[in-house]
Amino acid sequence: MMNKNTKLKGYLVNTVALAVLLMAFLILNANFKTPFYSVVFIPSLWQISYLIILAASLNLVLGFLGQLSLGHCGFMAIGAYTAALLSLYFERAGIFTDKKAPVFIVSILVSLLAGGLLAAIVGIIVGIPALRLKGDYLAIITLGFGMIICNVINNLPFAGMEGLSKGSAAASLYKTGLGFGNTLKTKYAWVAIVITILCLAAMFMFIRSRFGRAIESIRDDEIAASASGINVSLYKVGTFVYSAFFAGIAGGLFACCNSSLSTASFAFTNGSILNSTFIVVMVVVGGMGSLTGSMLSAVLMFLLNYVIKNVIKASGMPLFVQNLFKYPMLVYAIVLIIVIMFKPKGILGTREFSLVNTIEYIKGKLGKKAVKEGGSK
Amino acid sequence: MERTPVLKTVNLGITFGGLRAVEDFNIEIYEGELVGLIGPNGAGKTTVFNLLTGVYTPTEGKFYLSGKNMNGKKTHQVVAEGIARTFQNIRLFKQMTVLENVKVALNSKYEYKFFASLFRTPKFWRKEEELDKEARDLLSIFNLENKANYIASNLPYGQQRKLEIARALATGMKILLLDEPAAGMNPTETAELLECIKIIRERFGIAILLIEHDMSLVMNVCERIQVINFGKTIAFGLPHEIANNQEVIEAYLGKNED
Amino acid sequence: MSGSLQTLSDFLQCLIVGLRLGSVYALVALGYTMVYGIIRLINFAHGDFIMVGGYTLFFTIPAMLAVNDKLPIWLAVIVAIAVCALVGVTVELVAYRPVRKKGTNMTALITAIAMSLFLENLAQAIPAIGPNYKIMRRMFSNKAVLNFLNISLDWTTLLTILIGASVMIGLQLFVKKTKLGRAMRAVSEDKQASVLVGINVNRTIIITFAIGSGLAAVAALMYFAQYSTIMTTSGTMLGLKAFVAAVLGGIGIIPGAMLGGLVIGLVESFTTGYISSSLADAFVFLILIIVLIIKPAGILGKNVGEKV
Ligand SMILES: Nc1ncnc2c1ncn2[C@@H]1O[C@H](COP(=O)(O)OP(=O)(O)OP(=O)(O)O)[C@@H](O)[C@H]1O
Ligand SMILES: [Mg+2]
Repeated sequence: MMNKNTKLKGYLVNTVALAVLLMAFLILNANFKTPFYSVVFIPSLWQISYLIILAASLNLVLGFLGQLSLGHCGFMAIGAYTAALLSLYFERAGIFTDKKAPVFIVSILVSLLAGGLLAAIVGIIVGIPALRLKGDYLAIITLGFGMIICNVINNLPFAGMEGLSKGSAAASLYKTGLGFGNTLKTKYAWVAIVITILCLAAMFMFIRSRFGRAIESIRDDEIAASASGINVSLYKVGTFVYSAFFAGIAGGLFACCNSSLSTASFAFTNGSILNSTFIVVMVVVGGMGSLTGSMLSAVLMFLLNYVIKNVIKASGMPLFVQNLFKYPMLVYAIVLIIVIMFKPKGILGTREFSLVNTIEYIKGKLGKKAVKEGGSK
Repeated sequence: MERTPVLKTVNLGITFGGLRAVEDFNIEIYEGELVGLIGPNGAGKTTVFNLLTGVYTPTEGKFYLSGKNMNGKKTHQVVAEGIARTFQNIRLFKQMTVLENVKVALNSKYEYKFFASLFRTPKFWRKEEELDKEARDLLSIFNLENKANYIASNLPYGQQRKLEIARALATGMKILLLDEPAAGMNPTETAELLECIKIIRERFGIAILLIEHDMSLVMNVCERIQVINFGKTIAFGLPHEIANNQEVIEAYLGKNED
Repeated sequence: MSGSLQTLSDFLQCLIVGLRLGSVYALVALGYTMVYGIIRLINFAHGDFIMVGGYTLFFTIPAMLAVNDKLPIWLAVIVAIAVCALVGVTVELVAYRPVRKKGTNMTALITAIAMSLFLENLAQAIPAIGPNYKIMRRMFSNKAVLNFLNISLDWTTLLTILIGASVMIGLQLFVKKTKLGRAMRAVSEDKQASVLVGINVNRTIIITFAIGSGLAAVAALMYFAQYSTIMTTSGTMLGLKAFVAAVLGGIGIIPGAMLGGLVIGLVESFTTGYISSSLADAFVFLILIIVLIIKPAGILGKNVGEKV
């Protein structure tokens, strides 16, 4: 049924669609210069980019491998600090002096990649002992890891309080290297988009291969998986590391959009949108085991956050409603409870949105033919 | 000339806490043989399978596959060497499709590197295509090929059992351990199962060790039978010998004076 | 005073602080362990029950003193126990039970995290509580009971250790000797079999939740008697470390929780005293990781593999 040719056709359709969208975006980006665009839309785009990568990468572990990790932000923190420090180093070493030069963008890309790699290396160190444990134990260990990472970073002279958080390095973060202002964010918006696409493509290639089947089998039944010849611990650690790599990249993007870094941003829970539990919320809402679901829910949760932050305040609603929304995490907690109790599979479950199937579906509708519904499995 | 048995155990045993679930288990199975392992509930049959597949580590004894010692190997290593099994309580990959269930077990046979999948190299496509073909072939033995895209947990019970056997076959084993494959099946399904076992033996020529409570099935298909009770072997021999063995009858029916 | 005596008294001081911390952790760990033993779920919200208990004390103590300044503090503690037990039972009935019926382990765990988030942030949204910290009224006298060789033992510490010890002994007796306690043990061993021998499983689970959550109120008393600031996230870290204690000792095992609590308390106190306070939390987790690698079921736990 599904042979190589139909799959290749699918890749082609997706690539063309993405290329068209990207071109359209670039044209828009060059000509569209309202304040809303550069002050609201573009920064949101950056935020959504790393949220999507975060949610999708956690989904590899949570939805496909079936292990609850509560320390995903720890890897993000590693990526963020590594990227920031490296780009700072590049700038101080005089590798780039001008933010328009191509060498600047190359050094930014190198910094992001380095952040991902270091996160992956830490992922190996954490994953090997941690993944011997299951379920609740793994959750607690990863949570502890997330905290220890922040603890360690805080105690590093060049990264913690005297470094990127509040010290001398932080001040220059904005002027140099990472920490894009709105102009740079607009200029380099394509970087965020392309990186997001590449990361997601790499995750899709992973799950739609023998590796993806192997980890899904571990999720469904570990004992049966090993009785089918799957090296369970190897695949577990491998997936954990792969996921950590992308969290590191997302951390680098995060560092790109912020003028300074503080480990408080990467805590287990905190008042802001970004923390390890929030990523879990995104994955659950989108559907554990659906990368497109994670993308969708990252966008939705971002919008929800945006509405809570900006619209409710300005809406002139009764004070007590406004007060309720002053603490967005309360809203997310309620969203999470409702989803898990009434729709535990999330929006998409384990299905993936597929452009080809959707086109087929629409064609079928138009041609009044009965074609099976979209979503390839 | 001596033939090496496909599977040989020497005084294999395991103790859980104080309970000696299996002790002094000795068996030799040769290529192409179908041997039955029977015994009352809780006798230790499934535990033997768990020992042979590295799920439990034996506390005593050794076991060999084609002369090679298997003690201390992890489950996936034992499987790679050639011992495949099914489970008493069906353990399918419930959220995956029927086809994917089989493909998982073919994972190490059609190997390609991570980068091949990342860049979708020709090797990736070739391997995936071969893999797809073999998986469908295996399904067709069990008449499951037209259900390839069903979610495994949506299959009727009898077909789930068959799918589990198909998955075990996909690992490319020398010996297949079947744990009560006919449990919960109706007579037609059991008859179909017998047919499948026959086809498997013809096509793959492998050895099979079968746990089964259905006596008529065991007596029909097995060439030799080994009986255990409270972890100890109480009899072994040809089916008609077992059927008339006093100790076996007592084990199943209870002693008369009790 | 000579150097070696100073070393000795430093050591003893750390020991006393460790015992005090350990008693609090042990009591919280008991709550985790009892619930885990019976429904195999980490009740992530348990740490927040402590916060609920803390705020109940925060509001009831002054209220009671306003009515009659002779009213003893333990009356407020009873109110706090009742409130915590109520919250615990409600969480079980409204969230955990429905999810347990139809969901997987993973969804149950996520529900527990969601409940924790919910309680924390709901508390923040209550105007009388809000996001900022509040100062608790002093509950025990901070006069020293004993002052010897530079070691001081104050009433708070002494009472904390005493209350902790007596609650633990009481609980152990309850579980071992009473019918209800035996029912609890039976349900945690084997639910189906308990039904067969006529135990009302659901009722037993509810009672376990009530007792476990009630213990959180006692822990709140002991904790906030020492650290008088309270905020909505006060329970989070305490809960986490107590959970670590429960796992360390062997989750589901009551003496394990006590042992684990003491170990964590001592580790924390000695790391703070001899190495660095900012690394104490990291050490706690490090020890957990090491123990779990060597003995995955915890110090007192028995390693039972999954039956296949
Ligand atoms: N992991 C384990 N821990 C403790 N005891 C175990 C374990 N696995 C099996 N046992 C015990 O070993 C004995 C043998 O069990 P086993 O499952 O092998 O029996 P069986 O012969 O397969 O029975 P049945 O016909 O009911 O399947 C039983 O008493 C069982 O309780
Ligand atoms: Mg059995």
